[in-house]
Amino acid sequence: MANLQFDLVSPERRLASVEATEVQIPGADGDMTAMANHAPTITTLRPGVLRVIHSGGTDEYVVVGGFAEITADSVSVLAESALPRDEVTQEVYDSMIAEAKAAHDNAKEVFKNEPGPVDDAAKLISDMVAVGGHIGLTANN
Amino acid sequence: MPNLKDLKNRIASVKSTRKITKAMQMVAAAKLRRAQDAAEAARPYAERFNAVMGGLAASAAGSPSAPKLLSGTGSDQTHLLVVMTAERGLCGGFNGNIAKLARQKANELLAAGKTVKILTVGKKGRDAIKREFGDHFVGHVDLTEVKRVGYADAQGIAKDVLGRFDTGEFDVATLFFARFENVVTQHPTARQVIPATFEETEGESTLYDYEPSEEAILADLLPRGVATQVFTALLENAASEQGARMSAMDNATRNAGEMIDKLTIEFNRSRQAVITNELIEIISGAEAL
Repeated sequence: MANLQFDLVSPERRLASVEATEVQIPGADGDMTAMANHAPTITTLRPGVLRVIHSGGTDEYVVVGGFAEITADSVSVLAESALPRDEVTQEVYDSMIAEAKAAHDNAKEVFKNEPGPVDDAAKLISDMVAVGGHIGLTANN
Repeated sequence: MPNLKDLKNRIASVKSTRKITKAMQMVAAAKLRRAQDAAEAARPYAERFNAVMGGLAASAAGSPSAPKLLSGTGSDQTHLLVVMTAERGLCGGFNGNIAKLARQKANELLAAGKTVKILTVGKKGRDAIKREFGDHFVGHVDLTEVKRVGYADAQGIAKDVLGRFDTGEFDVATLFFARFENVVTQHPTARQVIPATFEETEGESTLYDYEPSEEAILADLLPRGVATQVFTALLENAASEQGARMSAMDNATRNAGEMIDKLTIEFNRSRQAVITNELIEIISGAEAL
């Protein structure tokens, strides 16, 4: 079976560069799985769990923000922040949630009469909470 | 002729200065390596990002609905200059060169009748700019407490700049920083970030599907693009600063060494002169008897 080249980079470092058979991406409009010969696509990401399936097993990463570029033989994920799932402890997760909440409060302050940014920030929180559900952590308020 | 004790003291003081500059050079060398590694690690992201953005921007640039961050506000009356310098001195011409380039640009714009606003990152640049352009000064980002610049710092600066753009404070934003060439050369550089500019991508462009839509992605990515540019500039600057400091301290160490040699020769001569003098006194005393 044909493989595709998978790269995951964050602004600070390159997290992964492997040959994968299948990559599951949390796209803004819903999850999608990219395999070899996928149609060239660019999608933005929502906070979620990125799964990479390769010959050595499955790697999971928690990604927040950014986008993915899919071509027939490669997938490049440019995440604003990305962590291997093992590194996302309750502590890290709590601070991520707190950040999202702060952004929400801030949006409420700044855009009092515009629903757009506030809704976006609220969605960010719910996405983050959903991430917690996927990796077995709970958001405590 | 200075007396022996003075000379001895001066030699001792120059020697301790040399010790300090030598230590600073070695610290800078270690930090430089780390800064270079960080810059290296950030490169793949920036390159990929710019490639994708370049493609997106090229197709969207023509349309009238293109976001303001890309197409501009339609005027170039008010310029924001973001001057990024170091928090510390003792790094040769590093801070001075960046400030000089920014000053030049500011004067040019003022002469052309534009409005200039200046935001500084780094204490040294603020001090240099504030003296001359105090009225145009709009803000300062303090990174004194930051040991290693992270993406979060860049995001903070980008947020500040974007906030000002959204409220219509300026039309064009330019970053000033030093591009790292090698240890002895750093180029002060000006790069326009708003409206966004992208280098032409070469090769055939692939036709992509866009999810959610091309416009939505562009609107989402443009602000991130500013943060990425700022981050790249911060990292380049950090590497340049350490490189500049390293070569400045290397020079200082060498100069101190030369000075010590000179002073030592002078010291030996004076000592010899004193001995000769004493001998003459003794001999002429003996002859007089």
